[in-house]
Amino acid sequence: MAVDSADSVKSVKAVTDRKYKYGFTTDIEADLAPVGLNEEIIHFISQKKGEPSWLLDWRLQAYRLWITLKEPHHWARLTYPPINYQGYSYYAAPRQSSDAPKSLDEVDPKLLETYNKLGIPLEEQAILSGVQAGLQGNAIAVDAVFDSVSVATTYKKNLDAMGVIFCSISEAVHQYPELVQRYLGSVVPYTDNFFATLNSAVFTDGSFVYVPQGLHCPMELSTYFRINEKNTGQFERTLIIADKNASVSYLEGCTAPQRDENQLHAAVVELVALDGAEIKYSTVQNWYPGDEEGRGGIYNFVTKRGACRGRNSRISWTQVETGSAITWKYPSCILQGDQSTGEFYSVAITNHYQQADTGTKMIHIGRNTKSRIISKGIAAGHSNSTYRGLVRVLPRAEGARNYTQCDSLLIGDRCGAHTVPYIEARHPSIRVEHEATTGKISDEQIFYCKQRCLSHEEAVALIVNGFCREVMQNLPMEFAVEAQKLIGISLEGSVG
Amino acid sequence: MTCIEIRDLHACIDGRPILKGVTLSLSVGEVHAIMGPNGAGKSTLSHLIAGRPGYEVTSGTIRYDGRDLLAMTPEERACTGIFLAFQYPVEIPGVSTATFLKTAVNAQRRFRGKTEIDAMQFSKLIKEKAEKLGMNNDMLRRSLNVGFSGGEKKRNEILQMAMLEPRFAMLDETDSGLDIDSLKIVASGVNALRSAERAFLVITHYQRLLEYIVPDYVHVLAEGRIVCSGNKELALELEAGGYAPFTTHACHAS
Repeated sequence: MAVDSADSVKSVKAVTDRKYKYGFTTDIEADLAPVGLNEEIIHFISQKKGEPSWLLDWRLQAYRLWITLKEPHHWARLTYPPINYQGYSYYAAPRQSSDAPKSLDEVDPKLLETYNKLGIPLEEQAILSGVQAGLQGNAIAVDAVFDSVSVATTYKKNLDAMGVIFCSISEAVHQYPELVQRYLGSVVPYTDNFFATLNSAVFTDGSFVYVPQGLHCPMELSTYFRINEKNTGQFERTLIIADKNASVSYLEGCTAPQRDENQLHAAVVELVALDGAEIKYSTVQNWYPGDEEGRGGIYNFVTKRGACRGRNSRISWTQVETGSAITWKYPSCILQGDQSTGEFYSVAITNHYQQADTGTKMIHIGRNTKSRIISKGIAAGHSNSTYRGLVRVLPRAEGARNYTQCDSLLIGDRCGAHTVPYIEARHPSIRVEHEATTGKISDEQIFYCKQRCLSHEEAVALIVNGFCREVMQNLPMEFAVEAQKLIGISLEGSVG
Repeated sequence: MTCIEIRDLHACIDGRPILKGVTLSLSVGEVHAIMGPNGAGKSTLSHLIAGRPGYEVTSGTIRYDGRDLLAMTPEERACTGIFLAFQYPVEIPGVSTATFLKTAVNAQRRFRGKTEIDAMQFSKLIKEKAEKLGMNNDMLRRSLNVGFSGGEKKRNEILQMAMLEPRFAMLDETDSGLDIDSLKIVASGVNALRSAERAFLVITHYQRLLEYIVPDYVHVLAEGRIVCSGNKELALELEAGGYAPFTTHACHAS
């Protein structure tokens, strides 16, 4: 790596790094699959993981379908050059790490250091150790995914003792094959869409959670995704199952080094909530967004979907999207069970040349199902932020209700905010509400804040945080503080 | 000790002259009132001192504790102790008064090289000061100025002043839209802050406010200039005779 060139280069880098503080790379030897994608690569991945043949077959089916599919370009409000899918390596793993996560003592210290630098503690604290950094913080169990593999999962023993399964999906394939086989692809089938199909063919790791009947998982579970290697794609697969009357809160965080090339991230997340179960899924997405000229950054094409299979089940998505050059993401709920509830709370911030096309789908199938959508889009610089959402009420969904609120905030006059709601209602008894606003930060607000000692950037961060409050208050406390700071950082240099 | 010294200040908005030679000097420990008809330039003067963009100073100077005020950014002016209680305070949805003030107080402390105030300490302090202004906890938790009545907004401005402890405080028609009870509360809030270390500039249309905040000096601003200065008696004279005499010929008050 060209770190030791001229001093001026270093100082320039220091300045740019300040804005994206997770832009460093970890110098660690990696096992890489050869660049490109074909059936051999899929055999290679499956072999590396020692997978059973049903899974290899599933991957191959997906791959064979995928090569016949076209990338969806026609409907999202996104423009980017064609992606060369043969230009990526589809497997990267830190060397010496076998696929199965080891105990923490055996994890490469360089990796532990990386996560430390990212502020993700992989050391297990005594569970009852109370106050940390001024917060009444409960311990959080973390699954750390580095490039294509899970490198560590913390608090496994404590969770095991309660009957909660929390491990990497690779491990789950071996340890709990019947659960994986029953639920994998049951919410997002491999035929679902171009990126989900690609993911099904090449996914390498991700997290697996199963919460048994009647249990409220007492810890926050989280996965922290890190892309490190150059020219790799990250294709993780997460599967969370809450059995009858179980509940779990799950957090997801992501960062990547600062690179000039665009890296590809195409994840699939599937949630299954049975009768009376509740899943709360929160994301703070901070992939590298590219520089001020729009060079580099992650292409983030993600399929996230939850199935409220049981009566009175509930799935709640909360996302704070600040990173990525391109975000294409619609965390959705299939409200199958009667009286089930789906929620989507979203903050999407774009700056410079970032583009986000994000929203949700609420599919009302069961009777008296409810959904609530609160979306806050903030666009600055030359960026574009689009809310795209579908509320579909099927004929059986008597008494279904939806409330949607989409607010957009523009900073400056070169950005765009767009709201594209689709509503399909096929039952006369339902109630669907949609409210949308678009506003700007006014000069009066900025002057008022400056008269109260705030700098321009502090003023913008404060006003934007206020604008997002309804969404932010749904984040677990530990995340909310970070997310608030992140909003300020994302908007640096976005003088209106 | 002189706090603010304005000399022959001329300023325009969109090329239109508003201030046409204002000269005014305030020392710490003093309360000055500026009165005058609508459109005289009273609010312009206070906003210009606070650093609002959109004004062009064509000539003249403002010294603030010996510094060139016009060279300072709005936030520098605020951090060094210039405060403006707005006539129309803006709304900031989703940001509570308490959060807003904590952010402001900490920004000021950082500027002055002090450590940030801790949450418990802040909460105690703001409750204490709010109580004196008849503001309850609920008001501190509500979004800043959103859905506040006129009286609540003005009290909130005074609360902010009390928290930021300015060196030079300007009140821009703080009495407008206030009923008599709110007026008394606001005035006593201001009086409690009068000190030998602080100067006040009270802008008002009416003499009524000055019954409660008794000024040391009264100035009449008309047609972009201070046309007359006097003591508090001048306000009474204005109340009786209106501004007309001051806009047409010279002032006879002492």
